[in-house]
Amino acid sequence: MEDLLYQFMNNFAFLILSAIGLAVIFGMMKIINLAHGEFIMLGAYIATLATKAGIPLLLSILLSVVGVGIFGLIVDRLIISRLYGRTLDSVVVTWGVSLVMQQGILILFGPSLETLSTPLGSISIGGSDYSLYRILLFVTAIVLLILLYLLFTKTTFGLHSRAAMQNAEIARSMGVNTNRIYSFTFSIGAALAGLTGALYAPTMAVSPTFGGGFLMPSFVTVIVGGANPLIGPSLSGGVLGVVSTGLDATWGTFFGRLGLLVVAILVIRIMPLGFSGLVEKLSVRKSRG
Amino acid sequence: MLLTADRVFSGYGKVDIVRSVSITVNEGEIVSIIGRNGVGKSTFVKTVMGLLPAHSGSIRFQEQDVTRSKANDRARQGMGYVPQGHGVFPTLTVEENLMMGTQINKKKPSMNLLTIYDYFPKLKERKRQKAGTLSGGEQAALAIGRALAGYPELLILDEPSEGIQPSIIHQISEMIRKINRELGITILFVEQHMGMIQELSERCYAMDKGVIVGEVGGEDLHNYDRLKSYLTV
Repeated sequence: MEDLLYQFMNNFAFLILSAIGLAVIFGMMKIINLAHGEFIMLGAYIATLATKAGIPLLLSILLSVVGVGIFGLIVDRLIISRLYGRTLDSVVVTWGVSLVMQQGILILFGPSLETLSTPLGSISIGGSDYSLYRILLFVTAIVLLILLYLLFTKTTFGLHSRAAMQNAEIARSMGVNTNRIYSFTFSIGAALAGLTGALYAPTMAVSPTFGGGFLMPSFVTVIVGGANPLIGPSLSGGVLGVVSTGLDATWGTFFGRLGLLVVAILVIRIMPLGFSGLVEKLSVRKSRG
Repeated sequence: MLLTADRVFSGYGKVDIVRSVSITVNEGEIVSIIGRNGVGKSTFVKTVMGLLPAHSGSIRFQEQDVTRSKANDRARQGMGYVPQGHGVFPTLTVEENLMMGTQINKKKPSMNLLTIYDYFPKLKERKRQKAGTLSGGEQAALAIGRALAGYPELLILDEPSEGIQPSIIHQISEMIRKINRELGITILFVEQHMGMIQELSERCYAMDKGVIVGEVGGEDLHNYDRLKSYLTV
């Protein structure tokens, strides 16, 4: 039972941390960022290189968040700002960005970096060892969801961005500088991807293709979750976490991954707007009394 | 003069829908722009608000040239806008919609929500409800209340009667007049509902095929046939 719970926490954290940056950018801006994996990879590189240079891991992770956030802001100002409202065009352009980033890192740092060791050690429960760092990743995922909830529901930025997401033109007529909101949102999404990369850098081999392993789970989580960047990943992370944990434990990782795709297909068929669409429909019904 | 539009050309892309439109609105006035569907009324007020660029001509607001200003800057300068179809943010609550209005310009005092609720008591009852679940009349009230919350100098309304039951249109008209009288807010509205035009307007411009084809004021506003001629093919 402990093993299953640990595996669920592991899968949930991976799905949430993979998807959260993508969900914020897609949910708020309708930009499909195919360079999301490379933003994660950049975060892993910054954290690894900084730690190897003698900076403590925690500070290296912060450096990744800030670094990838600033990089995201630059990409937004130079490229993405020309694509606001053009969802399909954003796919092609961000794919181009991903190729440039991957090849750029390959040229600069070669095919791989020396990996970091996973910190914090492990605890033993019922005769099994569990990585404390992996448990910390689960806690981080939960804290991140809470912080994002507070950012988007309790702050002026959150109110303005939710309004801009629904009707940018009307938001502009209410004094909201929507371009600034979008830039900031893209930067937050990039910073979150950087955080994910930095957090997973001590657990995997860091190479220019590091982000590839995050791309499929992140897209499945966002598709199953729907457009709402808070409700969507939380619910889909939970459901997909249960599915992949069950299948992983029964038939292995391959079937765990396959299960994610099957759930995605079923959800698209039954609930085209994902879990957040269903929740919003229910909340409107409740609001009507 | 609060607002002056001088030989404004505008439209979508490079196509001019509005052609050489000139209007003036004095402080404290209620002015309407009337005309049939598709003659360019909404395009023109969107251009005034900065949501569409003016291809040529000029727009002056409070003696300042705002022709090239963005919509968010014009809103901060004192233009309030109620779009066609009301344009409430459907998944935000009524109160959150109103909060959007109070945050238009943090340097200027905004209107207390209690004052808005005095004008629109129904909104207070429904403040925790999602705006998308309100009736047409309530959404119109919310859209007006939201624009009002920023304490604008000029309130621009694009077909406030659209999507509202005939019995409610009179109430909305009365409310707009009350806002004008009690708060001194100048009103510019686009409309094709005869009752609202006659009930509210102190002066009106008639528009056809993107140009101003007439100006009606004073006693002529009660001339049903003359007004009707601008609203029918």
